[in-house]
Amino acid sequence: MNVLNYIGAFFDDSAHWQGYDGIPTRFAEHLQYTLTALGIAAAVGLPIGLLTGHTGRGGNALAMIATAARALPSFGLMVLLFILLGLGMTPVMVPLVVLAIPPILVTTYEAMRSVDPAPVDAARGMGMAETQILFRVELPMALPLILSGLRSAAIQIVSTATIAAYVSFGGLGRYIIDGLYQRDYEKVVGGATLVAGLALATLAVFWLLGRLAVSPGVRRRV
Amino acid sequence: MTELFDMPSDLQHSYLGLVALHLREALIPVLAGLLVALPVAQLCVRVRWLYPPLLWVTTVLYAIPSLAFFVVLIDYTGLSETTVMIPLAVYSLVVLVPAIVDGVRSVPQETLAAATAMGFGPLRRYVQVQLPIAAPAIIAGLRVASVSSISLVSVGMLIGNEGALGNLLNSGLSYNQPRLVWLSVVGTAVLAVLVDALLVVLRLLVTPWMPRGNRKNTRTRAVKEAAR
Repeated sequence: MNVLNYIGAFFDDSAHWQGYDGIPTRFAEHLQYTLTALGIAAAVGLPIGLLTGHTGRGGNALAMIATAARALPSFGLMVLLFILLGLGMTPVMVPLVVLAIPPILVTTYEAMRSVDPAPVDAARGMGMAETQILFRVELPMALPLILSGLRSAAIQIVSTATIAAYVSFGGLGRYIIDGLYQRDYEKVVGGATLVAGLALATLAVFWLLGRLAVSPGVRRRV
Repeated sequence: MTELFDMPSDLQHSYLGLVALHLREALIPVLAGLLVALPVAQLCVRVRWLYPPLLWVTTVLYAIPSLAFFVVLIDYTGLSETTVMIPLAVYSLVVLVPAIVDGVRSVPQETLAAATAMGFGPLRRYVQVQLPIAAPAIIAGLRVASVSSISLVSVGMLIGNEGALGNLLNSGLSYNQPRLVWLSVVGTAVLAVLVDALLVVLRLLVTPWMPRGNRKNTRTRAVKEAAR
């Protein structure tokens, strides 16, 4: 049997489609972890990135924070927090948020810095206030890059949320970890396929988001 | 009384042994990725239309979760180090190709023309002109690739204790020894920071011509890489 047979067998088994351990439940759990972590990371990363990018200060500090955050191993951090805090959502969320903040923060900063200064000067000359410049000139122009930062953060969260299953949580990682322990290879491969599929779906969602949200004028230039 | 660095005997390694194993499992893939990325990037620079589709392929490859990648490979390479190293090599490749392409493309046309006028052949021009000028971008890519590789090796613990320092996480949980978990997390983070610092030093060594005070461009590239 090769991998494709395993995938087929996994998805053909109707037991995998219903109930507590069914694909819909696990999928919803996985999505919930991903969206929560992405939401928290964006709530922290976006404002700081926009503000530092607008003023052009603190770039070095951001790069250092990003390097430090990337050096923290997500899996180890999760197990450590699990030991320290016990069973709960925090040990899962903290590593996911730590993982997602660097790409969001750094790309947002770089996106704001790479905005063509001419329109910004023109806006200032027309008498726009700084907040207006930030939200009506710089943000729309920086949007494609900002979205790409959110996209890599989202993809990394989707793939890393699998490890939540190791500290007793649900999500698609449940199939991979249970399958490994039960020596049920079909389950492992099925879970892996689902996670990869969700990651690819995330790519598609962000591509669509870029189509809808980015102004046509900016898109042509990029 | 256990000492701080005492290891459970089932791991069959001392702490330093695990550190060495971790470095090997993390950095050999990065080197392999670099060796493949150099020719691939050069091909993309030569054949321009090849680059955009290749970027798509790399984005998709990067979207495959490491754990999923590991377990699919078990069928072919078993519960072994190789199973951990192949995905890490692929991720490194994915980070390095765009870094090298951007770096090599940033070499000014005049510089290339000058090299050709001085009688440099294509190979010599590549090795002596293009690569050194692209070095900051390449090293920025190497920094991202090695740091994430070091962090990802730990996940290899899940597939038959192939995670080097990551194996301590499992031991820490099963023997109820938080000490081992701390050793794993702190050890991995310190390794990542050290390797990152070494690469920064390497960049300073190979680019003596770069003005020290104004490193804004490299930093910008480094942060852009970090965002990938």
